[in-house]
Amino acid sequence: MPSSATAGGFLLVLAIVLPVAGALLSLALGGRYAERIAFIVMPAGLAVSIAILVSVWRTHNALQYFVGNWYPPLGVAFRADGLSAAMMVTAALLICGIGLFAREQFFAQPGPEQRAPLVFWILLLAVWASLNAVFIGSDLFNLYVALELLTFAAVPLVSLDGRAETLAAALRYLLFALFGSILYLLGAVLLYGAYGTLDITLLSGRVRAEPIAWTAISVMTAGLLAKAALYPLHLWLPPAHAGAPAPASAILSGLVVKAPFFLVVRLWFDVMPRLPEHAAAQVLGTLGAMAIIFGSIVALRQERLKLLIAYSTVAQIGYLFLIFPLAVNPETSHSSSTVTWTGGILQAVSHAFAKAAMFMAAGLIAEALGHDRIAGLAGIGRALPITVFAFGLGGLSLMGLPPSGGFVAKAMLLTGAVAAGQWWWAVIILTGGLLAGGYIFLVLARTLADASEPLALLSSISLGRQTVVVALALCAVLLGFVPLRPLELLQIGRPDVAIGAVR
Amino acid sequence: MTEATLYGLCSAALVGVGLFGLIMHPQPLRKILAFNLIGGGVFLLFGAVARRGAAAGLGGDPVPQALVITGLVVAFAATALAVALLLRLFQETGRATLGSDG
Repeated sequence: MPSSATAGGFLLVLAIVLPVAGALLSLALGGRYAERIAFIVMPAGLAVSIAILVSVWRTHNALQYFVGNWYPPLGVAFRADGLSAAMMVTAALLICGIGLFAREQFFAQPGPEQRAPLVFWILLLAVWASLNAVFIGSDLFNLYVALELLTFAAVPLVSLDGRAETLAAALRYLLFALFGSILYLLGAVLLYGAYGTLDITLLSGRVRAEPIAWTAISVMTAGLLAKAALYPLHLWLPPAHAGAPAPASAILSGLVVKAPFFLVVRLWFDVMPRLPEHAAAQVLGTLGAMAIIFGSIVALRQERLKLLIAYSTVAQIGYLFLIFPLAVNPETSHSSSTVTWTGGILQAVSHAFAKAAMFMAAGLIAEALGHDRIAGLAGIGRALPITVFAFGLGGLSLMGLPPSGGFVAKAMLLTGAVAAGQWWWAVIILTGGLLAGGYIFLVLARTLADASEPLALLSSISLGRQTVVVALALCAVLLGFVPLRPLELLQIGRPDVAIGAVR
Repeated sequence: MTEATLYGLCSAALVGVGLFGLIMHPQPLRKILAFNLIGGGVFLLFGAVARRGAAAGLGGDPVPQALVITGLVVAFAATALAVALLLRLFQETGRATLGSDG
């Protein structure tokens, strides 16, 4: 195994330490400083993650760091390959955008210290730190701790306003998450018991196709599915994501549910590349397909805008899990399963931008109107054209219409489905796109209709916040223009196994 | 049957009972307790693994023991957060349930 830390490995430490230090400092100094500290940490953290991406891209190798110079299996390694770097930059961009957006909502007013602004900025940094820890963790137990930190930071975001229904949503979310993490830990112990290490690189060389490894991977995957809210374990998601304040929903829907998905990908493709069974992958794909159909149909029937967007998240998460039956298939060639795999990651990234923009647009609309009932949206397109435009751009990516990141991602998944000779997934992908078109159109048609009486806005929405929302939605669209070559980035530093030709 | 096997079986039983409780009981407090039962089972499994993987002459493999300590802290924090949320829910609404589908 590669046994030396790479130059620039300290960047990985910075990526975790910066937001943690910011969060702790905010807690010590109190509410007035929390926002200022966050606005110092955000550009610095963004710079660090971009530096990591550039370094991975230029050296064509994964960045590594060994804590205290102790090497695995005793020590804990941090490792950023192309996939981690891409996810980290996505997270950093989104956190910065969400921070700019949340500035007016969560500023500390003069007078007695308020809880919500202080808590929001601390949790924002905490979510960021734990996401980075998930993306660069290379030790299964360390990843468990990172996942738990992410849960502890995400759950209070749901109940920031302290209303009873958001408290219930937060508690339900926490119970699902605890179920997930304890199952994950159980799997990690089984792996340690069988192979004597928890380091991903070492494990990938030792794991054999035998019952204990199958048990461990199924238990861990089941736990992670509960955290990723894959159908039928999605029950907690809609109330939690729809009840949270708009910036918090954007973090939860855009980033937090991607972390467990990222770990499933790590497990299936990096820890146990030789292991996954075709049949098990079909189960994951079937759950994903049911999520797409069920989530989209329920989204169509929603009366509130934020709930509609939350159910659309349930559906879009389904697409992510289609990569398993398509990429884990002994019959497909290496190149076609790489296409599917890349499409899945691109879907995760473009959905993150699009969904964050849509949740924030919905938040602005709700703030202006005082409600988010879809039936009462008439005329808002004239009052807040930029916001509605951003919502539409995000929708474009969800539907998979060109030009958008969602289009390229879904096109790659379709290509993979055809190349793997599994046409039924292609039908699901296209049906999901149609249904998404339906619920986006439902909203846009209402917003563009003329109001029967002049619209009285409760509060004026500043141009700055609308610009942030459009910028994030544009990121999702611009991903569609990224030429295919940079997508090779995602393959850098991954174990050198033909993921399609396993077994 | 060795000592480690006995502990392993115990932990399997704890995880099983806990999973049953977590899935079947509607009350959040029971779910939290069930989560702790599963946690107990998993930590016991860590112990069994440590005993089994010990090199000759050593009492146990130290790595799982170090992991258990961290795991206990995390599980404790999780329980504290869940109970705090539940208490707050009770203060706000006067009930400690999650409604019909909880």
